[in-house]
Amino acid sequence: MERVPVLSLGDALLVSIQVDLQDNTVLALQEDLAERIVSTGARGVLIDISAVDIVDSFIGRMFASIAALSRLLDAETVVVGMRPAVAITLVELGLSLDGVRTALDVERGMKILRALSDRRGLPVADELDDDLVPVAEGGGPAAGA
Amino acid sequence: MAQADGGRVQALLRSEDKVLRRWVEAAETPLRGRLTTGELERTCSDLLAVLGEAVAGGGLDVTSAAYAGARGFLAELSRDWARRGFSPSETASAVFALKDALFAAADEDGEGGESGGDLATVLESSRWVDALGLVTFESFARAREQVISEQAEQLLELTTPVVKLWEGVVAVPLIGTLDSARTQIVMEKLLQTLVDTGSEHAIIDITGVPAVDTEVAQHLLKTVVAARLMGAECTISGIRPQIAQTIVMLGIEFGDITTKSTLADALLHAMRGTGVEVVRRRTGSR
Repeated sequence: MERVPVLSLGDALLVSIQVDLQDNTVLALQEDLAERIVSTGARGVLIDISAVDIVDSFIGRMFASIAALSRLLDAETVVVGMRPAVAITLVELGLSLDGVRTALDVERGMKILRALSDRRGLPVADELDDDLVPVAEGGGPAAGA
Repeated sequence: MAQADGGRVQALLRSEDKVLRRWVEAAETPLRGRLTTGELERTCSDLLAVLGEAVAGGGLDVTSAAYAGARGFLAELSRDWARRGFSPSETASAVFALKDALFAAADEDGEGGESGGDLATVLESSRWVDALGLVTFESFARAREQVISEQAEQLLELTTPVVKLWEGVVAVPLIGTLDSARTQIVMEKLLQTLVDTGSEHAIIDITGVPAVDTEVAQHLLKTVVAARLMGAECTISGIRPQIAQTIVMLGIEFGDITTKSTLADALLHAMRGTGVEVVRRRTGSR
């Protein structure tokens, strides 16, 4: 069975699907991704499907379930490079992939992930307002404040 | 019964001038001057010559090989007339007018006592002309169908242009009624353009769509969702007041899809989305 490689890129995982998708390939990818998100602590998953020209309802649902499981593990999923024929097929199948972010190509996808992690990133100390005090362990104000 | 040899019809056709004159006279009336007498005469005499040959070679069986030339001539004639906008009955009656000419010729011959204007001759020539008429009508209908399908194809190509409005903004101005086949073409063309140009914004302008029903709305929604799946934002613009009322009355939900009343608004929205702000330059010297 072919396995789809999962590459780690910064705090994101890059999955580029270059093979014909079989049901078991997809299931294996889902397992691999879940493990890799946990082991690398990735905050984003980018799936490039620009080489995929045939999808069925199973694979369509797979994108949705990958997105759902990565959100559970606190990572955002961006599906990039979907071909028009694939998009039309998914719409006809009634799969609108709610909750999955999409982009035209990998570059734009990375931009989305970067924007997301910037928004979520912890503020640096001098960005904090003066009257805000970092919370110390135990929930009380930090000593000396 | 001498059905196949066509001896009688052949005899009638031999008096070519007489038949031709009567034929042109009879055929002219239903055409109501849409064809000049000279043109009609030329057509009829050509056809008569071809038919004369055909009858000599293949009797009265219009499906025989000897009639290939005559069938071709009739097909060409009716195709030509179909394209020039003649009605089916005009075309068919031009051919059926030959019957009158033949009957009259037979009648005259009968009076002259040469071959006899008997019932058999009339029946024979009538059957023969009917068969010719059917051939004409069939090719007329075929030619019409061809014209219609060509026009439908041209219409599809004409009415689905995808235009680039701004860097990263493409639009499809839809004109005419939307059906499944057209929507399919529009959808594919739009999505392909998004890929080819790397545009992140698409505008579907429905100013030229006369009516929006649930089916059309469904098609629009599908296109928008498909564009989203590919990572592009899609705006629907050009919703006229009556159409907005219809949409509300039909209870169609556009959900979180951006809709604008004019293409200009949609373009501004899309440009803002790409980070472009339009400002007016201050005029005057102050």
